[in-house]
Amino acid sequence: MLLVTGLGLALLWAPEDADQGPSQRIFYIHVPVALTAYACFGWAAWKAFRLLWKGDERADLESYTAVHIGVIFGLLTLVTGSIWAKISWGVWWTWSERQLVLFLILFLFYSAYFMLRYSTEPGPRRARTSAVYALFGAVLLPVSFLAIRLANQLLHPAPLFNRDGPQMSASMFISFCVCLVAMLTLAGALYLIELTGKRVDARLRELRELLA
Amino acid sequence: MIHARGLGRRFGDKRALADVDVDVGTGELLLVTGPNGSGKTTLLRLIAGLIVPTSGELEVAVDRARIGFLGHEPLLYRELTPLENLDLYGRLYRIPERRERIGMLLERFGLWEARREQTGAFSRGMLQRLALCRALLHEPDLLLLDEPFSALDAGGTELLLDELGRASSRTVVVASHLPERLGPIPSARLALGPT
Amino acid sequence: MTGYLSDVTALARKDLVVELRSRDTVPAMLLFVVATLVIFHFALPDDSSRLAAAGMLWIALLFTALLALVRSFVAERDEAVIDGLLLAPCDRSAIWLGKTISVFAFLALAEAVALPAFALFYDPVTWELIAGVALANVGIAAVGTLLGAMAAASRARELLLPLLFLPLAIPIVVGGVGATLAEDPGRYLGFLGLYDLIFAILSWASFEYVVTE
Repeated sequence: MLLVTGLGLALLWAPEDADQGPSQRIFYIHVPVALTAYACFGWAAWKAFRLLWKGDERADLESYTAVHIGVIFGLLTLVTGSIWAKISWGVWWTWSERQLVLFLILFLFYSAYFMLRYSTEPGPRRARTSAVYALFGAVLLPVSFLAIRLANQLLHPAPLFNRDGPQMSASMFISFCVCLVAMLTLAGALYLIELTGKRVDARLRELRELLA
Repeated sequence: MIHARGLGRRFGDKRALADVDVDVGTGELLLVTGPNGSGKTTLLRLIAGLIVPTSGELEVAVDRARIGFLGHEPLLYRELTPLENLDLYGRLYRIPERRERIGMLLERFGLWEARREQTGAFSRGMLQRLALCRALLHEPDLLLLDEPFSALDAGGTELLLDELGRASSRTVVVASHLPERLGPIPSARLALGPT
Repeated sequence: MTGYLSDVTALARKDLVVELRSRDTVPAMLLFVVATLVIFHFALPDDSSRLAAAGMLWIALLFTALLALVRSFVAERDEAVIDGLLLAPCDRSAIWLGKTISVFAFLALAEAVALPAFALFYDPVTWELIAGVALANVGIAAVGTLLGAMAAASRARELLLPLLFLPLAIPIVVGGVGATLAEDPGRYLGFLGLYDLIFAILSWASFEYVVTE
């Protein structure tokens, strides 16, 4: 497990060299982190669907862990996005950066997920309720994106800041892909580590129960 | 009618019911006894289908529409009258000749006079009697009663014992920590210990 | 099919009658929304544009809706009356639909007071605004009823419902404000319609997983 994590991190350092400029560096982290977060939420929704459709109880833990990792990466997206905004445009936050606003909404949404889990008694009901909520999250993603687009057209008609479209040369593209894979791998490793830990916890609790 | 093996239910960390084996045939009356907290209510709620087991297996040969349930709460709307309450349930259970059946039950349980008053003003005994009407409204094949005598007044108790004493193909499960009330009626007994 | 509809009607009627007799929710909603609109006058500087006023209206409507949603499951939750409905052979989604209809009705009642008040205090009310409010109501009622059932199972019910609801309400606000202010409200109304369709179907289908133990 740790090997995979180490590999992921190692891959990250490599593309730093193929840069066009120091400010661009953050792009290699920001976008892959964002995409990884999307992947996590998508995975969580898939596991949630499996729980509801097939009644697969184990999927609850899997869905929850995926959301957890997703939120961590979401937070990273917000932080790296903020840093990028500071570097590129001199402000810590801008509403016209669609990706950033989307992640803010998602962050709020999935934070509420944890509140939901925290304040509900563990059991089949909590598993099902969390699953439904995770599914809603997956649907909210594109809907929010559309909403942000519409909102920006209405309330921020002239975008103050222009985002440099990634006109990527071949080497940059490769670096980007490597970073993406590295991020996904990192997320996957963290997911497996956390999931295993939680499963062990659950087993311990079961055994303690049986002995009591 | 009811078959359970190793049935158990946990709520969070608390184990409400552990490793229960039950077999109830059609037409039997099972009396479930045990001190408070032994899981009588949980068992009845499991049979009714309100909650699912977290361990073991449970088979109930009838579906929801044929089960009548009387729990700790009367399950009635305070702002509605007995007529309105029973009419709602009558519609949901698709009872034929709803009005007649409701009228008959209200009369039998002595609630006809109060049929147009909001149940929020009822005494506990009246509420329990109305709850019993609700449970019996659709002529259930399986009747589940959780501590029915605790809220019933003397008149209501008479009526209930009379109802239970009638010969019928109905299966009944009664949970009570006052088993003497039922006397010789039960055909089977189950004692739950504290978990 | 007719059985399903008759169930829904019976359930919606039940909620409406209960509210009519207890008068718990709707009066509070009316008072709350008008009070909020008044407070906005003191919160907004004098030269605020139309935009600010319209935005404030939608915030007022949203929080008033939360009042209705928190209360919508109260009776059923407090005395476990919902068990009675869950025992009945009716489809769980019928419970959702009945509740959603009654919540929609309460919202409409509140808006029947809020919109004239808004017209009086701030800006005239256009047809686009009314259409937007109507469409938003569907989304709020649909999603809110589902989330209300989710929150009802938890310990911190009154706190949890707003937390769950607000992120999902953001697209509604976008659609609503857009419909009020844009030169081309059709797009925003269409978006609201899309939101309603998607989330109503999702809520309808997933209600039974959320309301049963």
